[in-house]
Amino acid sequence: MRDKRLTFKKRLHILKHHYRGKKMAPAFNAFHTFLFTPNDTTHSGGHVRAADDLKRTMNTVIMALIPILVFSFFNTGYQHYAAIDAASGVPRTLDLMGNFFTWENFWLGFTLVIPLVIVSYGVGLLVEFIFAVIKGHEVEEGYLVTGMLVPLIVPVDTPLWMLAVAVVFGVVIGKEVFGGTGMNILNPALTIRAFLFFAYPTWMSGDKVWVHGAVDRAGTADAISGETILGYLAQNNASEYSYSTSDMFFGFIPGSVGETSAFLCLLGGIFLIYSKIASWRIMVSAVIGALVMGLIFNGVVDAGIIGETSKFYGLMSFDFWKHLIVGGLAFGIVYMATDPVTGSQTNRGKWIYGFLIGFISVMIRVFNPAYPEGVFLAILLMNVFAPTIDHYVIRGNVKRRMKRLNNASVFTGPGEGKEEELKVETA
Amino acid sequence: MSENLRIKKGLDIKLVGAAEHTTSKAVTSNVYAITLNDFYGLTPKLMVKEGEEVKAGEPIFYNKDVKEMVFVSPVSGELIEVVRGARRKILTIKILADKEQQQISHNPLDLDHASDEEVRAFLLKTGCWPFIKQRPYDLIANPGTTPKAIFISAYVTAPLAADMDYVLQGKEKELQAAIKALGKMTPGLIHVSIGKNSDSPFSKIEDIALHKVSGPHPAGLVGTQINKIDPINKGELVWTLSPQDLVIIGECILSGKFNPERTVALVGSSVRKPQYYTAKIGAEISTFLYASGVNEDNFRLINGDVLTGSKVKPDGYLGFYNTTVTAIPEGDDYEFFGWNKPVFNKISSTRALTFSWLQPNKKYKLDTNTNGEHRAFVVTGQYEKVFPLDIYPLQLLKACMVQDLDEMEQLGLYEVIPEDFSLTEFVCISKQPHQKIIRDGLDLLHKEIG
Repeated sequence: MRDKRLTFKKRLHILKHHYRGKKMAPAFNAFHTFLFTPNDTTHSGGHVRAADDLKRTMNTVIMALIPILVFSFFNTGYQHYAAIDAASGVPRTLDLMGNFFTWENFWLGFTLVIPLVIVSYGVGLLVEFIFAVIKGHEVEEGYLVTGMLVPLIVPVDTPLWMLAVAVVFGVVIGKEVFGGTGMNILNPALTIRAFLFFAYPTWMSGDKVWVHGAVDRAGTADAISGETILGYLAQNNASEYSYSTSDMFFGFIPGSVGETSAFLCLLGGIFLIYSKIASWRIMVSAVIGALVMGLIFNGVVDAGIIGETSKFYGLMSFDFWKHLIVGGLAFGIVYMATDPVTGSQTNRGKWIYGFLIGFISVMIRVFNPAYPEGVFLAILLMNVFAPTIDHYVIRGNVKRRMKRLNNASVFTGPGEGKEEELKVETA
Repeated sequence: MSENLRIKKGLDIKLVGAAEHTTSKAVTSNVYAITLNDFYGLTPKLMVKEGEEVKAGEPIFYNKDVKEMVFVSPVSGELIEVVRGARRKILTIKILADKEQQQISHNPLDLDHASDEEVRAFLLKTGCWPFIKQRPYDLIANPGTTPKAIFISAYVTAPLAADMDYVLQGKEKELQAAIKALGKMTPGLIHVSIGKNSDSPFSKIEDIALHKVSGPHPAGLVGTQINKIDPINKGELVWTLSPQDLVIIGECILSGKFNPERTVALVGSSVRKPQYYTAKIGAEISTFLYASGVNEDNFRLINGDVLTGSKVKPDGYLGFYNTTVTAIPEGDDYEFFGWNKPVFNKISSTRALTFSWLQPNKKYKLDTNTNGEHRAFVVTGQYEKVFPLDIYPLQLLKACMVQDLDEMEQLGLYEVIPEDFSLTEFVCISKQPHQKIIRDGLDLLHKEIG
């Protein structure tokens, strides 16, 4: 066994040299470095390097997403069957082992979600490979996470061709035109989501798309509801849904494929903070921002400024902390807002950036007339402002340095301090 | 005067192969060599031709830009070879040592009465001057300038680097002489940093501002200490020296003889018996490397520590500024699924299935593998955790890469030299060459504004 692997390693090594300098080298290297960490040694600067590389970093985020993916299989199936039961007049009561974690639910969800995952990865990586070969740079690992995020933030019945078109748009316009991983301004996964939202709004919003089968059955005798909690609230129909707070927290509710469980997002967030991969500053400040905005809306309702007849009443009177456990806010905060490339890059900037994401998410959620959700719009908006935030944070450091310079009586040597001698004299 | 300085951010890289506190005398080398790469940015002009005899302490070349700055031979012998590289650039000057050593002797410097100019002239003619480095730009100090302060770090945090408290034992007299001479060349203070609980000979030295430093690497780097004690502003100049070089300067002042002998730590996991050796600058490393023995054939020899040293062949020579020689295994092998399997035998600043945080005191046997490929900058906030200077490291690196002179100045490039970015380079997930980026940035700034 051992000998066999050695020859495999050697054979790949020979192939690597065969491809060196050729067009297909990046494509070959992508597969090769997937199997084996390269034999590169340090040749400039320090002679040793830490164990982490970008693949490991991205892999850690994917690990944090796996529980959510598995949960989404069960929940997709459960929501479908629960909606059918509800339509036939016998609403289900949740029984975790009895009717949630069942083979039937899992299989339905699996057959619906896995094609989304395959299309997302297949199309996205194909575009990445094509660009890598054309531009002659290595295939970078950014899409490993994007490819997993995309199926989790779309409605389950999104047609696969639509997803494929959106992925091509997102990867090309969202990332590759800027130079690839690390250079993009907008989060690619959210660019894909935004493209779908604006190009195919009927598939991305409304009261049908969030449960499998609701669109197909619409208008027939078998019609089922595919409405989210936020949808009910936006229509001031808070009494029509029967989800308990614990349903919302654990995620037994309709919604995009992977966004429903705040509990699993919380676990994933803790894992990412603990493994030091994602920024806890962004997560904490985003939660604070969402709570503050929610409190303001609750206060407006309590003060009687908004009456029960207002179209904003349902969402504004929604308990401020519950905003965190419905919709995509928890998922967005943990997995989207913390994207290091498109987020703020300074520690102080991360506090501002995160806070505004939470704050604006809830604001858009309440005021958006067409679609009662605003997380992805808020994050995309803040992606655009992140460099501005960083700019002002860094100016603070520069100002401190300038102040120090002005306070210091610059010593210029025996020649006495004349203006032109402020320059350093060197050989 | 004594102050405490505590650094919190950083990372200690604990490696196998620390030197035992025993010192042997290295076998006398046959050939000594001056490696020009040690003097960054220097254009040498030879004063001796191939085949001519030189005495120990006799100038063999000078700095083209500052003619009085001479570089002297460590031993007496015959100049056998001038190795040249592309465009006839001088790389190495080799001297075959005589059996009977002859030494040039100067009059010892009268420290009590010597003036600033006399001290400068003495250090220049004896060949001691090149030990004085300047910031910004990390070059040999220009004798025509006066620094606002001088910094010396005797607190060692670099991985496996020579323990200064040990190698400086009993050198108080030389250190005091050197400090006194340096004091005449600056109106400012001479800042010396020692470990918090150290019994460094510097605690008995007068005329210095003593700082007791504690904390992880890079607390021992002089750049970190400058940033915390008296940061460099635009237009200011600071000199730095290594403590072992002070001993050579001090001895020269007291005796009039240039004796470039050092206690060098031979360290690293590839060394069978890591310990200290006394050897002269330019000596063949093989004269003591094989006395300690090596554990494997495929190792990398480094003049200096693993973060800042330069690669050298086993038949190479001890560098001008080095107090440490490190040998670690080469890592030129593939690792099956190295990017996703749990890692127990490498150091990491994260916990992404890397478990070095479980055993903070474990010593590691790192090799030279990069553990991944070069990528664009992606992760943020990672450098700040190991970078205690009041500078935004990622933004400064990017300013250097896009060659934005204004940004480089404003973000504090004057305050740093490449070694200050050695730790951010170590932890960098994108495997970017930080030290090279900073070096190129400094070169550009020097050329355009200098």
